[in-house]
Amino acid sequence: MAERPRARRETVRLLFLIAPSLFWLLVFFLFPLLLVFAISFGQRGTYGGVRWDLTLENYVRFFDPLYLRIFGRTFSIALTTTFLCLLIGYPLAYFIATRPARWRNGLVLLLMIPFWTNFLIRTYAWLLILRDQGVINTFWTGPLHEFLVQIATALPLPLWEILLRATSQPLHLFGTDGAIIVGLVYGWLPDMVLPCYAAIERLDFSLVEAAQDLYANRFRSFTRVILPLTMPGIIAGSILVFIPSLGAYVTPDLLGGAKSIMLGNVIYSQFMSARDYPFGSAISFVLMAVMLVGTLVYFRMGAE
Amino acid sequence: MTGSRGVGSGTRRRGRWLARLLALHGVLGYLFLYAPIVVLVIYSFNASRYASGAWRGFTLDWYARLFTNEAIGAALRNTLIVAGVSTLVSTVFGTMVALAMERYDFRGKLAFDALLYLPIIIPDIAMAVMLLLFFVLARVQLGLTTIIISHVAFNISFVAVVVRARLAYFDITLEEAAQDLYANEWQTFRRVTLPLIMPGILGGALLAFTLSIDDFVITFFTAGPGSTTLPLRIYSMVKLGVTPEVNALSSMMLLASIGLVLLSLLLQKGGGGGIEIA
Amino acid sequence: MAEYAIELRNVSKHFGPVVAVDHVTLSIRDGEFFSLLGPSGCGKTTTLRLIAGFELPTGGEIYIGGQLQGETPPYRRPVNTVFQNYALFPHMTVYENVAFGLEMRRVPKDEIQRRVREALEMVRLPGMENRRPNQLSGGQQQRVALARALVNRPKVLLLDEPLGALDLKLRKAMQLELKALQERVGITFVYVTHDQEEALTMSDRIAVMNEGRVLQVGTPEEIYERPTCRFVADFIGETNFLSGRVKERRPKEVVVLVDGSVEVLVAADREVGVGDEVTIAIRPERISLHAKPPDPRALPGRVEERIYVGTDIRYLVRLTEQTVLSVRQQNPGTDAMIRFSPGDTVYLHWRLPSARLLTE
Repeated sequence: MAERPRARRETVRLLFLIAPSLFWLLVFFLFPLLLVFAISFGQRGTYGGVRWDLTLENYVRFFDPLYLRIFGRTFSIALTTTFLCLLIGYPLAYFIATRPARWRNGLVLLLMIPFWTNFLIRTYAWLLILRDQGVINTFWTGPLHEFLVQIATALPLPLWEILLRATSQPLHLFGTDGAIIVGLVYGWLPDMVLPCYAAIERLDFSLVEAAQDLYANRFRSFTRVILPLTMPGIIAGSILVFIPSLGAYVTPDLLGGAKSIMLGNVIYSQFMSARDYPFGSAISFVLMAVMLVGTLVYFRMGAE
Repeated sequence: MTGSRGVGSGTRRRGRWLARLLALHGVLGYLFLYAPIVVLVIYSFNASRYASGAWRGFTLDWYARLFTNEAIGAALRNTLIVAGVSTLVSTVFGTMVALAMERYDFRGKLAFDALLYLPIIIPDIAMAVMLLLFFVLARVQLGLTTIIISHVAFNISFVAVVVRARLAYFDITLEEAAQDLYANEWQTFRRVTLPLIMPGILGGALLAFTLSIDDFVITFFTAGPGSTTLPLRIYSMVKLGVTPEVNALSSMMLLASIGLVLLSLLLQKGGGGGIEIA
Repeated sequence: MAEYAIELRNVSKHFGPVVAVDHVTLSIRDGEFFSLLGPSGCGKTTTLRLIAGFELPTGGEIYIGGQLQGETPPYRRPVNTVFQNYALFPHMTVYENVAFGLEMRRVPKDEIQRRVREALEMVRLPGMENRRPNQLSGGQQQRVALARALVNRPKVLLLDEPLGALDLKLRKAMQLELKALQERVGITFVYVTHDQEEALTMSDRIAVMNEGRVLQVGTPEEIYERPTCRFVADFIGETNFLSGRVKERRPKEVVVLVDGSVEVLVAADREVGVGDEVTIAIRPERISLHAKPPDPRALPGRVEERIYVGTDIRYLVRLTEQTVLSVRQQNPGTDAMIRFSPGDTVYLHWRLPSARLLTE
């Protein structure tokens, strides 16, 4: 029986396997991506359309103090979020990694369950907690205030005055950068813990013993052995937290109120209310560029 | 002698304190993760007319209302259609492309690999904007179809990552053994490869399903009139003034998500390939 | 026509710039237990994979039962393979594993049942049908792999280091069992191994390979007693090498001047000319040590070391400035045996045919 060369059959099979995904990603991902890039050099049409007069105006406009300030705020919120996640997440990862082996999988599972539940709902839960009529303030102006009133009547002191006045009105937690940061830290904490945990769990603890045998104290053996060896996990976690924080939309929208907005909200309003597609595209592209650079740096570091 | 012993027990005591501090931190960390969820569930049973605030007694009213709310019913139906179809399509395509990437070398593989990973890395707001612009300029009517197309576009990548993790553990000699035992390429795939990577495929499908149900931003941008999904419904309920019904709806979705996670973990237990968190 | 079960003609396989198999020509007879022996990376496994059809040759031709194979896929070749790691399907039971090949060939159900049972009995694993591979020991998995291949009654069975993962004792037992099995079923076995002792124990013929080439093909005795090149002599067993120059040719013998100082007599079983650079190979167990010269040919040396290894006593004897010979004396366990100590002068002696003249 005459057979077709095996090599050609393999080529046909390869094409069959990648064609659907290739088509989908080219048409519904890469092409739209290039479209955004192209439109970012266009101009806003009279009725919200796009005029194809090439211009750098949209990128120049990005340097308007108004947008620079929002960019700066977005950047600093993302950075603070990343730092706080690291501060909370690394010891948490260390805690999990130093439990007996039979506990660890369960603890990781417990970490993943909130992570896999709807982000919108998790953010909304914080809205319930932080807003003026929320959980914290219900306690603050309710039981706590009444308790202080009772103490004040029983034992009048000038100190109570200040506390009474403070608890007579709700704390303004909602609508601040702080609220956004809390929401983001909550949302992305597992993204920090999991890579850190993977790195710490892989760590050979006899190396720490070796360091202590060589006269390093606890602090030194941490900074000189544990930290450098788990650095890949820290970097991976930081990027996994930083990137979505930078592009956050839901969190600032729900917890930031009208005053605290981030780049994601600006993009949203350019598309949904201002109908300035070119400018919205330019901001999106800057955002993507920052993230791509971050990811590339990460892979470069990972390659070393 | 006594001096050195004193130092030794001193550092040991400090070590114990550090261990306790670490344990305390661990407990607080988990409390931080679960407290908001617990608050949400508790409030879904609160008889108060306000979504948050003082406890006014236990009620199941909000759940009862949920089941009679037609808008929510429609949103649930839309969500299941979007998640079901996009999961099916992306699981088939993603598995195929995972097989190609693990088994073949070809020109431009590196570039294609990058293209495959990009939807995972790119922030959802950017992807949402891209797709919206594309659909608007292509004059495609926004609706369930555009949502499904968009969900497939990001889910292919997630499925491919999970299936590839499974394939990486796959012992290629098993396929050779099948062919040695007279199974042709298709029989080898059906009888050996597919059953062995099935846990990975199901894991990928569940991940895709969860991501699809959870997605708000991309759905929000690519949805049209009449294609409201549950997250969109929750969002508008939250935005338009919070009623306790949203607490009940959120709790139900929470329960569904947890169920899906546990199911997927059970499937993953079937073998090596763990789910890559992205 | 099919005098040979398998024939390779000038077969080569390149992986990019790497030449894994280099112009190999082999003829394997019907019913033969044939081993491919060589160090790791010598191309023996690739040769086997070429026969099975998992790889296609870059050049040359492969015939199975007289049929040119060309691009024939593995599933249309009348051979079966026992893999190094057994490659048992983990999601199938022992029964399903063994039945797989028959099922693919659409053998009727009741016949499958009968043949699987027979095959499992043949490898002495009855009653294990419903176990999963991961519930079996390494030795049992090995037997399942064997049954799974043999149940198809192939013309040729290919075995890729099938005993490599077993411990020494089990391995020795399985060697004898495999050999007995092969004689019983009468199927041609092509057996890949890096273990020379294994190859010598089991094979009818052995092909010694190195760097993609077949260096020598022959019976175990031929390979051991009459190696044709230095690599074969060195790889199979332990060998002493003496290098020197041909000084004189006699009708039946050649005189070689080793290291420019010692004259050694060797049987002239190959063509050499006076002045040629040659190597003499001599096995340690073929040399005897004497306090006084037993023969005018005996060579004097000085004992450098004596090593006790249980079954033998091993001596290192310095012959010349450059050459130290390893000598094994059997340990009969009595005081009758003469023991030499480091520093003693001894006389080395061997029968003329024990020393082999190698040209390379």
